[in-house]
Amino acid sequence: MIQTILKRFVVGACIVAVSMIAIGNSALAVDLIVYTAVEAEDLPRYAATFNEDHPDINIKWVRDSTGIMTAKLLAEKNNPQADLAWGMSGSSLLIFKAEGMLHPYKPKGLENLDPKFYDSDPVPSWIGMDAYVAAICYNTVEGEKNNLKAPESWWDLTKPMYEGHVIMPNPNSSGTGFLDVSSWLQLFGEKGGWAYMDALHDNIARYTHSGSKPCKLAAAGEIPIGVSFAFRGARSKAAGAPIDVIFAKEGIGWEIEASAIMAGTDKLEAAQKFMDWTITRKAMVMYNDAYAVVGYKGVAKPVKHFPPNVDSYMIDNDFEFAANNRKRILAEWQKRYDSKSDPKKK
Amino acid sequence: MTTIPSNKEMTPAPIIRPKTSKDDRLMAVFMIVIALYLLIALAFPLYAMLSKSFTTAAFDLEKFEFQVNKGDGWSETISAFQINETLKLLKPEELKTSSDGRLYATTFFPDFSFRSKTEYRLRQLGKNGSFLVGSTRIADTDWHTYKANKFRRIVFRPSKSTGLDNYILYFSTPALFRSIKNSLFISILSTLITVSLAFGFAYALNRSTMRFKGLFRLIAMIPILVPSLLPGIALVYLFGNQGLIKGLLFGNDIYGPIGIVMGSVFFTFPHALIIITTALAISDARLYEAAISLRASAWKTFWTVTIPGARYGLLSASIVVFNLVITDFGLPKVIGGQYNMLAVDIYKQVIGQQNFEMGAVVSMVLLIPAMMAFVLDRYVQKRQVAQLSSSSVPYEPKPDRKFDAICLSYCSVVACFILSLIIICQYAALVKLWPYNLNLGLGNYNFDVMDGGGWASYGNSIRLALLTALIGTTVVFFGAYMVEKIKGFLITRSSFQFLAMLPMAIPGMVLGLAYIFFFNDPANPLNPIYGTMTILVVCTVTHFYTVSHLTAVTALKQMDREFEAVASSLKQPFYKLVAKVTVPVCMPSILDISIYLFVNAMTTVSAVIFLYSPDTALASVAVMNMDDAGDVAPAAAMGMMIFYTNVAARLIHLFVTRKLLVRTQAWRTR
Repeated sequence: MIQTILKRFVVGACIVAVSMIAIGNSALAVDLIVYTAVEAEDLPRYAATFNEDHPDINIKWVRDSTGIMTAKLLAEKNNPQADLAWGMSGSSLLIFKAEGMLHPYKPKGLENLDPKFYDSDPVPSWIGMDAYVAAICYNTVEGEKNNLKAPESWWDLTKPMYEGHVIMPNPNSSGTGFLDVSSWLQLFGEKGGWAYMDALHDNIARYTHSGSKPCKLAAAGEIPIGVSFAFRGARSKAAGAPIDVIFAKEGIGWEIEASAIMAGTDKLEAAQKFMDWTITRKAMVMYNDAYAVVGYKGVAKPVKHFPPNVDSYMIDNDFEFAANNRKRILAEWQKRYDSKSDPKKK
Repeated sequence: MTTIPSNKEMTPAPIIRPKTSKDDRLMAVFMIVIALYLLIALAFPLYAMLSKSFTTAAFDLEKFEFQVNKGDGWSETISAFQINETLKLLKPEELKTSSDGRLYATTFFPDFSFRSKTEYRLRQLGKNGSFLVGSTRIADTDWHTYKANKFRRIVFRPSKSTGLDNYILYFSTPALFRSIKNSLFISILSTLITVSLAFGFAYALNRSTMRFKGLFRLIAMIPILVPSLLPGIALVYLFGNQGLIKGLLFGNDIYGPIGIVMGSVFFTFPHALIIITTALAISDARLYEAAISLRASAWKTFWTVTIPGARYGLLSASIVVFNLVITDFGLPKVIGGQYNMLAVDIYKQVIGQQNFEMGAVVSMVLLIPAMMAFVLDRYVQKRQVAQLSSSSVPYEPKPDRKFDAICLSYCSVVACFILSLIIICQYAALVKLWPYNLNLGLGNYNFDVMDGGGWASYGNSIRLALLTALIGTTVVFFGAYMVEKIKGFLITRSSFQFLAMLPMAIPGMVLGLAYIFFFNDPANPLNPIYGTMTILVVCTVTHFYTVSHLTAVTALKQMDREFEAVASSLKQPFYKLVAKVTVPVCMPSILDISIYLFVNAMTTVSAVIFLYSPDTALASVAVMNMDDAGDVAPAAAMGMMIFYTNVAARLIHLFVTRKLLVRTQAWRTR
C-alpha cells in the first residue's frame, strides 16, 4: 500500500527533480558569471583570447540586448546573480552605480586609458572599453530609386524630400535611440534639440524598438535611410548590402561600452583579474576589430567600411547629463511623438 | 402535567452522510496538492503583481535638509519641503515619479549660480532614501558640504510608498491609455473579420459536397502550428516596401492596423473554425426539412435555422478570437509600427524603460477586457443546452453544382492566403540577401552568430515542449480526475474548478510579469527556480491549463461513475482503477492534451518573454529577438523550424493515436 502511494508521488518527484537539475546547473562555483550585451557572434572569440592569459578562470556569458540585460540586473538588485557586467552601455552602468550595485575597483594600467573612458571617482566604479558611435545608414540603390541625395548632416534629414524615408529607434526602448536624442539636445541645446526632433518627426516613417534594426532595414532596402550606429552599418556593408555609413557633420552622439564588478560578488579576486585584463593592450586590439574607437590611447586603427576620422565627429558627451535627465527626456519624447494615434501616411 | 419539550431540547436526528472512504481522503490529498500548485503558479504571482502596481515612488521633500553659507556663516537648517511651501516651486503631482526618477537639488534655489561662492550643506534622513552627487550615491544621514559648482550636480532619488499614483499617471498619459482604444478597435475588427471568414469556411465544409474537404481542413489548421509573429514577418515580405505584392495595398502602410488585423485573422482563423464547425455539425436536419415543407426561401432558412442553431458557437468563437487578439504580443510587435497596443506597452515599459511598476499597471488594465471575455464565455457556456437530442437527424448536404463551385472557390482563396504566408516565409528564409541577391542559400540558418540564442534555443524549445507535454498532461489529467471522480468535498472541488478555469482569462504577458515579481523575490523559498527551465515549464503549463483541463474533464465525464463503484465494491483502490481502466480508456484525450501543450509550448512568446534566461533561450523568443534586431530573414527561418517541428509532432501524434486506438479502444467497436 505504502509503496503504491509512493508511486503516486512520482509526479511531484519529477517536478522536484527537474528543479534540482536546473538549480545544480546554475551554481557551479569555479565560473565567473559575466552579464554582457556584446554582439553574440564576438563572444566566443573574446573568451578564447581571455583564456590565453587566464586559463584558470572560466567565463560564463549571460548575453542579451542592453535593455533586457539592464532590466535583468535591476530586477536582481536584491539578489545579484552576476559577478561582472562587461560590455554594457555606460548609461546602464550609471544607473547601477546610482543604485549602489557596483563594487568600485581601480584596475592595473588605468593610466593607459583616455580619462573620458572611465568613471571620474578616485576609485572608479566602471571602466570603458570602447565606444560605439551614431551613424546614418543610407541605401544607395533605394536612394537613387527615390531620387534622394545622400544626407550629410542631421538637419539634412528634416528636408521635405526625405519624408517617410527615414527610420530611427524609439529612445524609450532602445539605448541607441536615447543616445541620438541626448546628443541632439547637447548639440543644439534644449530648445533647438526639441525643435530639430519636431522637424525630424515629420519625416520619420516609424520608430523601431531596437537600435540595430534601422540600419538592417536600410540594408534590406525596406527603407532608404536608417538612423543607427556605425558598427552595425559596417557589418551590413561587409555582408554585401548596398549601403553607405555616414557621419553627420554637426557631430555624432556616442556611448561607451564599459565594465564593472557587481557589488556582493564572492569571486572578487577573479573579477579583479578580469577587470585588469579588459583594459590591456591585447584586449583593446581585440575590440578594435569591430569598434573604431577604443579606450587605450594610441591603439585604434581604422575599421573597414567605417568613414575615417571618427574621433573628430564625436561630440563632447556629458554622460551625467544623459543619466540624470533620462527620465525627463524620455517622458517629454513620449508626450511629443509617441502619442500619435494614427500611423504616419506616406 | 406533562410539557411538550421545546425544539431546543429535542435531540436532532443524526444527519446521515455517506462515509468518506480511505480512497476519497487520499484523493482529496492529491487534489489539494494540485490545487496548491495552481495557487503557487497562478494566484500568488497575480497577487504579487497587483501589489507591485500600487508601489509608487515619490520625492519625500521633508527628508532632505539644507544649510546654506553665503560667506557669513551657516544658515538655519531648512528642509526642501519648507522651501517648497514658501516658494511654491513644485506642484504635488510633480513630486510623483517612477523608481528611476531624479530631482535636481538646485530646483529649490531659484537664484542658484554655480559660479557663486556660496556653500551648501545637505543631508537626507529617509531610511531608504538617497541622493546622488553626479553618479555617486549617498545613502547615509550625515551632513555633506558642497561648493556651488558641485552642488549643481546633486540629484534627489525618490522613496517608495504605496498608492494609486501609477494608475493616475497611466490615465493622464495619452500615449499610454490610447492603447486601450487601439487594442479594443483591432480586437473587435479582427474578431468580426475572422468569425465571418471562418463561418463561410465552416459552412462550405459542412453544407456543401465540394471536393478536397480534407485538404482544406488540413490547410486551415496550419496557423496553429506557427508563432503569431510569423504572419507578421510574412506580411512584411508580401506588403512591405520591398514586398512582392505591395501594390495591392494602394500605397497604404502595412506597418500599423492593416498589418495587425491581417496577421490576427491569419493566426486566429483555425481557433474560430474549430468552434464554428462543431456548432454547425450538430444541426438537426429535421429543421431544414420543416423549412422546405413550409416553403421558406434559402435565405430565410439561413437566418431562421442555420444562424440561430450556430449562435452559441459564433459567440464562443468571437470571444476566443477577441481574447487571442487583445492578449497577443508577437504580431503587433513585428508589424504594429507606431500603432501602440496594450500587450506591447507592457513589454516597452518593462524591457525598454525598466519601469516594472508601470508594466504591472498596464497588465492590470489588459486583464480587464480579458476577464470580461472570460466571464461572458462562462455565461454562454452555461446557457448552451444540448441541441442534439437523441431523435435528431444529422444534416446531409446534397450535391448542388453551383453552390459547390462557389464553396470550392471561396475555400481555395482562403487556403491560398494561408499557404502564401507560409511559403513566402520559407522562401525569404532561403534567399541570401533580400531583395538584392535572390540566390538561395542556408546562410540565414546560421543562428549561432545572431541575437536570440542560436541553435541552442531551438533545442531548448523542444525540451520545454516535451517537458510541458509530459508534466502538464500528468498534472492536468490527475487534477481533472480528482474533480470529476471524488465524492464529497464540494467546496474544495468547486474552488479547484475555479482555479483551473482562471488561466484562460490571464494574458501570457501578465502571467510572465507576475512570475518575475513573485519568483524573483529573494524572500521566496521558490526563488531558485527563477531563470531555469523549471519556471518556463510551470509558466507554460499554467498558461495553457484551462483548455487541457476541459478536455480531460470531458473525457472523464464520458466514463460512468459505476466504474468507481464497482472498483470499490471489489475492494480495489482507486489508483489501480486509474491505471488499469481510466487512463487506457481516456488515452486518445490524454494524447490530445499532450500535443496541444507541445504545440503551444513551441509557439508561445508572450508567457515566456520575461522569464527565459540566456541558458534557456527559446526558439519562439529567438524569432522575436532576431526580428527586433533587424535579422528578419533568419527570424523567418527559425519560425519555419518551429512550424516543421510541430508538423512532425502532429504526425507522430497521429501515428501513435492510430496505433493506440487499435490496442486500447478495440472495445469501442463490436
